[in-house]
Amino acid sequence: MRPGLGWALLGSELLVLFRRLRTWAMLIALAAVPILIAVAVKLSSRPTAPGRGPLFLDRITQNGLFVAVTALVVCVPLFLPLTVGVVAGDTIAGEASLGTLRYLLLAPAGRIRLLLVKYAGAVAFCFAATATVAASGALAGFVLFPVGPVTLLSGDTISVGESAWRSLLIAAYITVSLLGLSAIGLLISTFTDVPVGAMAATIVLSVVSQVLDNLPQLEWLHPWLFSHHWLGFADLLRQPISWTSFGENALLQAGYMAVCGALAYAKFSNKDVLS
Amino acid sequence: MNESRTAAAAGATERMAPVRSSVLAIETHGLVKRFGHRSAVDGIDLAVPLGSVFGFLGPNGSGKTTTIRVLLGLASATRGDVRVLGKEMPRALASVLPEVGALVEGPGFYPFLSGTGNLMRLDAADPHASSSTRRQRVYEALEKVGLSHAAGKKVRAYSLGMKQRLGLANAMLRPRVLLVLDEPTNGLDPQGTREVRNLVRSLAAGGTTVFVSSHLLAEVEQMCSHVGVMSAGRLVAQGPIEELRSAGQAHVVVQTPDVDLASRVLARLGLVPGEAPGMGSPWGTTAVLGTGINGRAPEEIVAALVADGVRVRGFTVEHASLEERFVSLTGEGFGVVG
Repeated sequence: MRPGLGWALLGSELLVLFRRLRTWAMLIALAAVPILIAVAVKLSSRPTAPGRGPLFLDRITQNGLFVAVTALVVCVPLFLPLTVGVVAGDTIAGEASLGTLRYLLLAPAGRIRLLLVKYAGAVAFCFAATATVAASGALAGFVLFPVGPVTLLSGDTISVGESAWRSLLIAAYITVSLLGLSAIGLLISTFTDVPVGAMAATIVLSVVSQVLDNLPQLEWLHPWLFSHHWLGFADLLRQPISWTSFGENALLQAGYMAVCGALAYAKFSNKDVLS
Repeated sequence: MNESRTAAAAGATERMAPVRSSVLAIETHGLVKRFGHRSAVDGIDLAVPLGSVFGFLGPNGSGKTTTIRVLLGLASATRGDVRVLGKEMPRALASVLPEVGALVEGPGFYPFLSGTGNLMRLDAADPHASSSTRRQRVYEALEKVGLSHAAGKKVRAYSLGMKQRLGLANAMLRPRVLLVLDEPTNGLDPQGTREVRNLVRSLAAGGTTVFVSSHLLAEVEQMCSHVGVMSAGRLVAQGPIEELRSAGQAHVVVQTPDVDLASRVLARLGLVPGEAPGMGSPWGTTAVLGTGINGRAPEEIVAALVADGVRVRGFTVEHASLEERFVSLTGEGFGVVG
């Protein structure tokens, strides 16, 4: 029989990922962030002074659509990398620790195909995580605050429909932002049979990258840090949209994907699976 | 006994029957696997005939599982050639593995998926497996190992024996040419052990070659047609089980009141006399055990004894049991080799 293309494995990977209680726990925790923000702002009597707190926080009371954007700003530095680190770090090491890695390889899944499918699963999670924050934020905003045309950073006003489209763009931007981190997690995951170690290392790297990005002495390094453009999605809230940071970010993440992907392949294709 | 011990120490493989390479399911030449400086597998020449049930026997830590990992491409060989189903490994991995069902070092499953869910997942990983028959094949495999009643239960709630059965079901998701089963009866109760034996027999009857590793001799003795014995990373014997059994040296046991005289006669014939352990003495006699029948016919020995006036009251020829043979080959008995 001719071998299929192996879409079944990708389907199965997504099924296993999204059937897991842990995945749901993380998505629910992410969904809680915008709700907490919205409720806190709603209950607080004092209006938030502009320029204090996370970006866009002061605009929530005027327009509920800003809950999602504010929540994404809050989640990008820590919560999203945390959950993505768990999923990406678990990719290979998790299978190894369960003993399923050897059975997948004996099936035979093929080492390259398994690596690709595992990465695709992590990417799907990046999108699901970002979309969860955005959707939960939009919902909380609709319920708790007036919703209307949005005034952008550039001073222009866009309709509710247009702002929904912009929210999707921002979610896409953040998903792309997390691709590099996912590739790093996948790479680390090929080096160990202990998933917790790979997860922790991935998350620590995301923090280290952001810390380095804040040290002015290392300015030469900043454009190479995978977290450098993480908060650059504000450009998508200008009229007309500025695609510069989207493009630079995508290029940078693609570079990380290529390098980490190649290293992960080099490591994994020769690895003795002894777990 | 002493000879074979020397052979084991020297690491020479006693090949009992020359096997034509055209009919080998598994074939290795000088296979070496090193971890750092330690050789887990130290130059073995396996020859597993197609259609056989090959018992891969050895104490814990003798290199059985490592050999299996290398055979199946999970680990790379440090040196040596491996051919599985006539194809060079690991180059032909992608075309060979779909023909091979395997259980390696115990079952490995997702605890948060059901038995069915786990098998569906592993079957989906095989690009050669048809998705339209997947559910049916999973159902049938579960049926074969008697897990239908627990198919919907999360594997987290499975006992070790149930996981082991699920592992066997995974190996049988598709019709296979070769089954590699590493310690398949581990964790199974006597009933389960018997079921596995019957399963292996019926698969073998259907033409499947079964390569089964075990540290339990009785298990191998009951279901295997061929056997290979590992000791400390070396293959110290392999061949049809009957040949291995008969290659063990025979003893003669003489029951007689004339112990000293009988000993002298046996010694003259080239046998090594000794006291037979645990022999009852029904007529107040002592048994004399002669080691090594030295190619002499039993009646010849009896005639010599009688001619010298030994009152022979009982005479038996005993072949070494496979267990004695196994112990003599592996040297360490059933202990763990470091």
